[in-house]
Amino acid sequence: MNGRSNLYDRLSPVVRSLPPSGIRKFFDLANQMEDVISLGVGEPDFVTPWHVREACFYSLEKGFTTYTSNYGLPQLREEIANYLAETCQITYDPKDEILVTVGASEAIDLALRTILCPGDEVLFPEPAYVSYQPCATLAGGISVGIQTYAEDDFKLTPAALERAITPRSKVLLLCFPNNPTGATMSREDLQGIADVAIRHDLFVISDEIYSELTYDGSHVSIASLPGMLERTVVVNGMSKAFAMTGWRIGYAAAPREILSMMVKIHQYTILCAPIMGQMAALEALRNGKQHKDEMVKRYDQRRRLIVNGFREIGLSCHEPKGAFYAFPSIQNTGLSSEQFAELLLMEAKVAVVPGNVFGKGGDGFVRCSYATSLDQITQALERMQRFLEKVKQGDFVEQLASV
Amino acid sequence: MSTQLRHDILQLLHENSKLQPDTIADMLNVSKETVEKAIAQLEREHVILRYSTIINWDKVDHQRVTAMIDVKVTPQREVGYDALAERIYRFPEVKSLTLMSGAYDFSLVVEGYSVKDIGLFVSEKLSTIEHVQSTTTHFILKQYKEDGVIFEDREEDQRLVITP
Repeated sequence: MNGRSNLYDRLSPVVRSLPPSGIRKFFDLANQMEDVISLGVGEPDFVTPWHVREACFYSLEKGFTTYTSNYGLPQLREEIANYLAETCQITYDPKDEILVTVGASEAIDLALRTILCPGDEVLFPEPAYVSYQPCATLAGGISVGIQTYAEDDFKLTPAALERAITPRSKVLLLCFPNNPTGATMSREDLQGIADVAIRHDLFVISDEIYSELTYDGSHVSIASLPGMLERTVVVNGMSKAFAMTGWRIGYAAAPREILSMMVKIHQYTILCAPIMGQMAALEALRNGKQHKDEMVKRYDQRRRLIVNGFREIGLSCHEPKGAFYAFPSIQNTGLSSEQFAELLLMEAKVAVVPGNVFGKGGDGFVRCSYATSLDQITQALERMQRFLEKVKQGDFVEQLASV
Repeated sequence: MSTQLRHDILQLLHENSKLQPDTIADMLNVSKETVEKAIAQLEREHVILRYSTIINWDKVDHQRVTAMIDVKVTPQREVGYDALAERIYRFPEVKSLTLMSGAYDFSLVVEGYSVKDIGLFVSEKLSTIEHVQSTTTHFILKQYKEDGVIFEDREEDQRLVITP
C-alpha cells in the first residue's frame, strides 16, 4: 500500500494548486505576541445583542434542536423576504426564492458551483475578498480580477468591465460595500455595470454582506435595477449587520430557476443551517433594528476618526463609504504592503492586513478595520505615527533585509 | 447648532468624558471650534452638570457602605415636596434623591463608611425631620451594573487578532 509520503501527490490537483491564505504569516506572528492592537479583524467588535442571544436560549429551552427545511425556517425566509423588499425594493417569494445558508460564504460557493461550467470565467473587481478566487477555482471556473483604483474610489467602471469580458465570461462577482476598500456603488454607478452585464448576458453574484454598513446615502442592490433580477443572486447574512459572525447564518435570494439548483448542492452537502442560529437570526431581523442602527452610527464615527487620523500622520486614504475598513496607501513609505505590515507588527505592535492579499491591486495599501474601540484606534494611530517617523529616518534598514 | 449634534456630543461624552474636542470633531465631521462651543453652551445651560467616572469601589481598598432608603413624607402646603426634598438632599451623605410614585415618596441613595454611619444618619438626621413619616433602609450588598455599565463584564474580546 502507499505510505504517507505520497499522500499529498494523490490529493486533488485543484486543491493543491490553491495558494495558502496570504494572511497566514501575520496570523501566526500576531498570535504569538502580546499587547498587540489589532486593526486586522474582519468582524464586529460588538457582541451579538443580548435579546438575540436570549432568544436562542429560549428556543433551546423550547426544544428547537431539529433539522429545518433545506431552504431554512419558513418564518425566517419570510422575514428575509420582507427585509429585502423594505431595504432593497426587491421582491422574492420566500417559498422557493430564498435559501438560508451557513454564512454568506456558503451562498457564494453554491452560486458559483451552480452557474459555472469548467473553464467559465468569473470576473470580479480587485482588491477583493480573499475567498472569491479560490471559490471560483474550486467550482471549475477561471477567476479574472479587474483592477480598481483609489482615484476612482475603488469603484468598478463599466469600461474596465467591458475590457475584461471575453467569450468565456459568465459571472460577475460584486462585493459592495467592499471588503477591503470600503468602496460603495451608487445607483448610477451600478446602472452602468448592469448595462454591460445585460449586454453580455452575464450572471451577477452580488455579495451584499456589508449592505447595512453604508454611511453616505443608502445601499442599492444591483438586483433592483431593470433587467437584473433574473440574472442576479443576492448574497447577504447576519454576520456584519447584527454582529453575528459566529452564528454562521447567511442567505441567498435568486429566481427559483437558479435557487432550486443551489438548494440541490446545499441539501447534499449541508442539509440545512443550524436551527439555533436561524432562531437567533429571526429575532435579530424582527427586533434588532435599534441595536443595528446604533452599531452603524458608532462605526461611522470611528470611520471618520481613523480616516482623518491616517491623513494627519501622512498616509493618504480615500474615504471608505461602507463596511468597516479603511484602506490607506503606504506607497510613500517605499515599503511593500507585506514589509509594512510585518514591520508595523514587529516594531509597533499594530496588526493590519497587507493589501496584496486581496489581489495585485491591493499592493501599496493595508487594510485597517475600525471595528475596535475608540481607545484602540487612537492608540494604534499614535503607534503608527511613531513608526512612520522611524521609517522616514531609515531606522529599519536592517530589519527590512530580513522581511 | 443642531439638536442632533448636541445629542451626539452628549452621547459621546456620556460614554467617555475624557474624549477631547478634536477627537469628537473628527468623529462627527465638524470643526473642533464647533464642538468646543457646543460643550461650553451645554455646560452653561446645566445640561452637562459634571464630568464623572464610574468606579467599582469593591475593587479598591476603600470600604464604603451604600444604602437605598425609601422615605414616606407628608407634603407641605404651597411647596409640596420641594422644601422637604431640599432639606434632605443638602446632607452630604445623600448621593441622589428622587421623588417617586407608589408606596413611598422619596428614594434616596446614601453613602457612608460603615453601617453605623448610615444608621446614625437615618435615626438622627433623616427620621427626625418634621413631616418625615417613615423610612425603610435597604443596604446594597453588591453592585452588578450602574448607569448601563456592567461591573464584572466577562464579555472579553474573543476575536482573533487577524481575520480575512
